Amino acid sequence: MLGTYITFPELLIWIPLLAGILCFFIKEERAVKAFALIASVLILAVSAIALFYADESKYPGYNQVSYYWLKYLGNAYHLRLDSIGLLLSFLTALSYPLIFLSSYKQPRENAGKFFGLMLLTQAGILGVFSAYDALMFYFFWELALVPAYFLCSMWGGERRVPVTFKFFVYTFTGSLLMLTGIIYVYMHTPERIFSDGTSAMHSFSYSAFQAASLSAKEQGWLFWLFFAAFAVKMPIFPFHTWQPDTYDQSATPVTMVLSGIMVKMGLFGLLRWLLPVFPEGVAHYGNVVMWLAVIGMVYASLIAMVQDNLKMMVAYSSIAHVGLMAAAILTQESSGLQGAVLQMFNHGINIIGLWIVVDLIERKTGVKRISELGGVSHKAPALTIFVVIIGMANIALPITNAFVGEFLMFSSLFSYRILFAVLTLVCIVLAAAYILSMIRKVFYGEMVSSVKSITDISLMEKIALSVIVLFIFVLGIYPQPVLQFTESAIQALALK
Amino acid sequence: MNAIVFTALWGVIMMIAGAFVRSTTAPRYMGMLGIILVFVVNAMELTSGFSLFTLPTMDMVRSSTFNLTFLAVVFGITFLIFLLNGRDIEKIGKHKFEYFAILFFILCGVSLVSTFNNLLLLFLGIEIMTIPLYILTGSDKRNLVANEAALKYFLLGSFSTGLMLMGIAFLYGSNPVASFYINNMQFGVGALPVLTVIGMLLLLSSMSFKVSVAPFHFWTPDVYDGAPTVVTSFMSSVIKIAGFFAFLRLFENAFGVMHAQWQMLIALLIVATLLVGNITAIFQQSVKRMMAYSSIAQAGFMLFALFAMNDMAREGLVLYSAAYSLASIGVFGVLARMDDITYGGFNGMGKTHPLLALGTTVCLLSLTGIPLTAGFLAKFYMLASAVQTGVYFWLVVVAVLFAAVSAYYYFRVIRAIYFKSPEGNNEGIKVSRSFEWILLLIACLIIALGINPEWLLGWMFI
Repeated sequence: MLGTYITFPELLIWIPLLAGILCFFIKEERAVKAFALIASVLILAVSAIALFYADESKYPGYNQVSYYWLKYLGNAYHLRLDSIGLLLSFLTALSYPLIFLSSYKQPRENAGKFFGLMLLTQAGILGVFSAYDALMFYFFWELALVPAYFLCSMWGGERRVPVTFKFFVYTFTGSLLMLTGIIYVYMHTPERIFSDGTSAMHSFSYSAFQAASLSAKEQGWLFWLFFAAFAVKMPIFPFHTWQPDTYDQSATPVTMVLSGIMVKMGLFGLLRWLLPVFPEGVAHYGNVVMWLAVIGMVYASLIAMVQDNLKMMVAYSSIAHVGLMAAAILTQESSGLQGAVLQMFNHGINIIGLWIVVDLIERKTGVKRISELGGVSHKAPALTIFVVIIGMANIALPITNAFVGEFLMFSSLFSYRILFAVLTLVCIVLAAAYILSMIRKVFYGEMVSSVKSITDISLMEKIALSVIVLFIFVLGIYPQPVLQFTESAIQALALK
Repeated sequence: MNAIVFTALWGVIMMIAGAFVRSTTAPRYMGMLGIILVFVVNAMELTSGFSLFTLPTMDMVRSSTFNLTFLAVVFGITFLIFLLNGRDIEKIGKHKFEYFAILFFILCGVSLVSTFNNLLLLFLGIEIMTIPLYILTGSDKRNLVANEAALKYFLLGSFSTGLMLMGIAFLYGSNPVASFYINNMQFGVGALPVLTVIGMLLLLSSMSFKVSVAPFHFWTPDVYDGAPTVVTSFMSSVIKIAGFFAFLRLFENAFGVMHAQWQMLIALLIVATLLVGNITAIFQQSVKRMMAYSSIAQAGFMLFALFAMNDMAREGLVLYSAAYSLASIGVFGVLARMDDITYGGFNGMGKTHPLLALGTTVCLLSLTGIPLTAGFLAKFYMLASAVQTGVYFWLVVVAVLFAAVSAYYYFRVIRAIYFKSPEGNNEGIKVSRSFEWILLLIACLIIALGINPEWLLGWMFI
């Protein structure tokens, strides 16, 4: 049945989409939570099975599907999961159960709408990772944004509505600029002949986009039009100003989706569209973007140093990490790309872990200022162990997962331009400084009054955090399978 | 041809019926019946070329699948307005039959301007279309704002019609064969005679006035704001798209050969319209007035059809007409039922009227141009047609930036609907269950067109 009637990418989009719509009709909070969790686990199972069918020569058609949609426009409902797409879908599918588990005990107003929108967002994100047609890509890109807009605006802190609106306007503007780019490339694609003999004047298919006849100059400014959308999503300095506020004000499960997965949409956009479609544009302007990324890293790390707000600190540290990944991708060296792809996965895991911890602290104590906390370890030893491990992973210490990825990226930057490598090194040191000082201040030292009454973490939260820690160590010690998995896709992207 | 005669006849029938029938609900049902019949006879002509009337038109009227499809959109939209806001038309005043009769006369004018092949018929059509509209605008006789709007509309409208007449005279005098037929103007490609240029500019200004393109838009906000909301709904949808259709038909046929010479002018008009419409809409406090400015902004996008003037633009204009009108009648339809038409009136609608809120939101998302709604594909067609011309790519970038600006004011309504708490129980919103379901039907149509526009555009190619 698989491969003939239904394929993995379709399942991965339709299950969350339908489950999400169903959630809107479930009134009872407990039922909707259980339903959403079961749906997300099902998606995880599908995505995990899909990993074993990645080899297209052995299993043709399992991870690929194509129907005509707006045929006369040369658009097709073309989904295909290559190894990078599979890895990121797996990350998305893995994150959702973790997110749902970690906030399972939390009361949620309008739970039906909340979980419905969460799953719709997931459908959009999974679509972005599998779209092999530019118009589909744009559709899913926006489909992920609209529910996220409602999620961020309806649940969260007091300033959430204006803050989210800023986020929306930024991303929407970026997306529209990308749309003009898509239209321009579309108009320069070769004619598309369909299998039944008919043809469309132009085409949105990925292969046609790669074959589009664009001069170096056109590629140059098209590069920026596409980059606008990706830069806002990642975010790259100076397009990041929406991000810390949004992370701070949104409900934590939403923040996890934004920072753990949605950020990867931007990076994925670089890999899937920017590098292959505009090689000359990248050759010409890649360097500028790398400068922006590196400046952003240093800038965000410095701000994270002085943040007193836990959530803001994590938000800025995320900007720094993403900057490194973007820079490494644009080196276009296989080690940099390998490292970036691996790190995209690991960063997703680690930052969700970090958010779970930060959220637990805030929920238990009611405080999110580092200066007002202290001595949590006395009351919550289990939480402290998890924090230390996740913190280490965030600093990219050896035997944690982030070490491998950061090392690969670092080496590619080193051979690209030593200055970038030096600045990256500074950022890694700064990361160690702010993470360790946070752990010292919050978990050790004098116990403050707000901490006195807290309890240790519950079983659900332990399960979620254990899964994360498991991934941290397994991928830290033995990353080889992931590297091999994405090897061929990355070789195709790297400059020869 | 069917539609022109039938709408006029039905208008007369309703007018006479008004003298004899005393029933208060009869006009609405007769109106609906009439519009269904018009739709059917038009569809018959579209699908099988069947004509009810054979009149010696001297080739002054020309039908093709293109303009018949467009007329189908017009009648469909009018039907939805009757369905959604039929009661509100009755509530305008005492002369219930007359309001519906007038609407049918307007539709007759619309049919004329979408099928004309002769400048005199264009003039006639525009007059038949707008004079009844002046009456409808001021039909709420005791309302001073409506009176002001009607007077303003009438004075400025007659002025622009005067310009049009003068333009027609110039064209008649300057074309080599002294013809009123737009398909037989026989202008050369080279340097144009001064009289032709003046004639064209006069027609450009008067048509721009009719479709409220900046800088000829000054009447729009006051008239839209002052007229009874249901009339505004009609004005912003049917009248507007008919104006554009006539605009495109006139310029494509009469001045198509010298397209390159006036393309830049259209580009400037687009920028001015988008700028004025979007920026001013941001500062409005009343949603009705905001929608008036947003209709100017949307006109900027529709103007791309004239800018590009290729196949994609023609298809795009039909799709845009349908998409924009559906969303527009949805929002104005809701406004017609609200006491408080500021943003505050929408506060907490998501909690008190969930279905209504959902329908309104889909309309607003479509106006913004979010994928999976008709508004997205409509904007896409317009932008793609402009890119296809291969010139002025910057115009497309400017347009999408303004589309992003438009998100600000459309989403402001969505914010009020979902993220603000209601005052009391929103008693100011008086809608019935059936109203909500009709609005949802409109929302479904918007999404259906967003998924497969071929259901509409396919009719152009049968």
